[in-house]
Amino acid sequence: MARNILVIGELDGGALSSTTAELVGGASRLADGGQVSVTLTGGGAGGQTDAAFAAGADRAFVSDDATFDEFRSDQWVAAAEQAIEQSGPDVILIAQSIVGRDLGPRLAFRRDTAVAMDCVSIEDSGGAFKATRPCYGGNAQATYAFATSPAIATVRAKSQEPLDPPREGASGEVVELSGAGASRSEIVGREAAVAEGLQLQDAPVVVSGGRGLGAPEGFGLVEELAEAIGTDKAAVGSSRAACDLGWYPPSQQVGLTGKVVTPDLYIAIAISGASQHMAGCSGSKTIIAINKDPEANIFKAARYGIVGDYKEVLPPLIEAVKNLE
Amino acid sequence: MHFVVCAKQIPDPETPPSAFRIDEANNEVIPAPGISPVLSQFDGMAAEAALRIVEAAGEGKITVISLGQESAQAAIKQVLAMGADEGILLEDDALQGGDSYTTARTLAAAIEKLGDVDAVFCGRQAADWDMGQVGLGLAELLGWPSAIIAKDVQIENGAMHVQRVLADGFETVALPLPAVVTISNEIGDPRYPKLQQIMRAARKTVNRWSAEDLGLDPSTVGDAGARLKLERLFIPELGGDVEIMDGESAEEQAQQLATTLREAKIL
Repeated sequence: MARNILVIGELDGGALSSTTAELVGGASRLADGGQVSVTLTGGGAGGQTDAAFAAGADRAFVSDDATFDEFRSDQWVAAAEQAIEQSGPDVILIAQSIVGRDLGPRLAFRRDTAVAMDCVSIEDSGGAFKATRPCYGGNAQATYAFATSPAIATVRAKSQEPLDPPREGASGEVVELSGAGASRSEIVGREAAVAEGLQLQDAPVVVSGGRGLGAPEGFGLVEELAEAIGTDKAAVGSSRAACDLGWYPPSQQVGLTGKVVTPDLYIAIAISGASQHMAGCSGSKTIIAINKDPEANIFKAARYGIVGDYKEVLPPLIEAVKNLE
Repeated sequence: MHFVVCAKQIPDPETPPSAFRIDEANNEVIPAPGISPVLSQFDGMAAEAALRIVEAAGEGKITVISLGQESAQAAIKQVLAMGADEGILLEDDALQGGDSYTTARTLAAAIEKLGDVDAVFCGRQAADWDMGQVGLGLAELLGWPSAIIAKDVQIENGAMHVQRVLADGFETVALPLPAVVTISNEIGDPRYPKLQQIMRAARKTVNRWSAEDLGLDPSTVGDAGARLKLERLFIPELGGDVEIMDGESAEEQAQQLATTLREAKIL
């Protein structure tokens, strides 16, 4: 059935974010001939309409107001409401991002409807829309049917595929949104994270160590493996147990109460795979487990595994990875 | 100053995966034998954030509110033992079940009934359903500003200053009161009540309010009012089918893994 879909787009360094391209791609499949609209707000937004049309959008609601470069709930809700009123969506898709975590619920309650957060799939059952999402720290998944309209979903990064190939040269309609309005919240300070280099959440590969390393020195080999894969590709993570023991900085903790990562490859070294850890990494595309306990839970989630002592496995693995051409 | 902390009792997220079971016929998690439910971790952090402000100011009252069943008294008592002053249990057949919408609606009604609340502290998400929308829903229903995923909260001159966790750093946001804030783990571990505090908490007042006390039409709350209808709760097939490297030595297994990853175009 043809459906109208609205994607709340985000810019990343002034360019269409990769997650927005994924959401627009997913929306164009879900629309089934209906119209796909996208909002683009922030400095340089007007220059990104072609990228949005190539990604699958038919219409772009644009505001170049650089005030939108920072997130203030009231301003983003007002911009989204303008686009909703003009596009009459059946479904609104928002990334599960710093923006989406706030905007999704705000918009749902404002529009007197419902939002499902952190969805990994959205389907049109012909009647109600359905959304599936992980819960219980990734131990379970839940499928919900929306009883109200529009259905709003925040969507996990990398759970939707962008159009492949993109519709190069496609055109669409551009609609101007008004600039940012009033905000009750005021941003009074900003501080960059202290960690240098590749951030855990952005890394395509995450190599993590756990309590099974036995001593903080074990992270030396974990870091060496990450370096062998490439400092521009791999970041080092840690289980909560290892952080609690003071073996690795808490900023690198992966898990329910740490960072949630969704890399292409997650390498879990001497990590048992407790629920709270899996909550932070179960969205990874491929998981590799290296653990001496063949019964460790991590092997249930892993695609590839080595049963063995990391001290014996990692040195040859680091060499083998370095020798890959 | 009067602060509200919203507290939820949940199945212990530390339950080993092997003990995690679902009753698929009723779309419910089966409580693991011998593992007691706990206060959602982030709600303990929300209580910690509120307590730090009251302690720094040397004055203020904290009311902890939980929507749940009788057993949720334990979550309320825990926050009272940490130092909160009073508890309210929202408990009624009509209020059971439901979704984030009905939860926010019920909590908002309780906060309106209290009448003099300056700020509400919630966890960034409940560590069972992981939705993370009740705090924002409350703010929207009450007409208050909000900030989420905070690592620090201060109150100065009638405004709340919230240090928010971003992907690449932190941002300080100022909000006029009354306001809602949701707290993240970066705030640090919540205090652990001493025995004496636990004993004192047993004597603190816990009120019990029903849908009628809150002036809520039973058709708009609990399961009846839910907007997201849970159709299926299941344990997902994990990546599974793990391929264990079967080389004779660690060297062979390591080489095998590297070659497999290259062939699968993963590395």
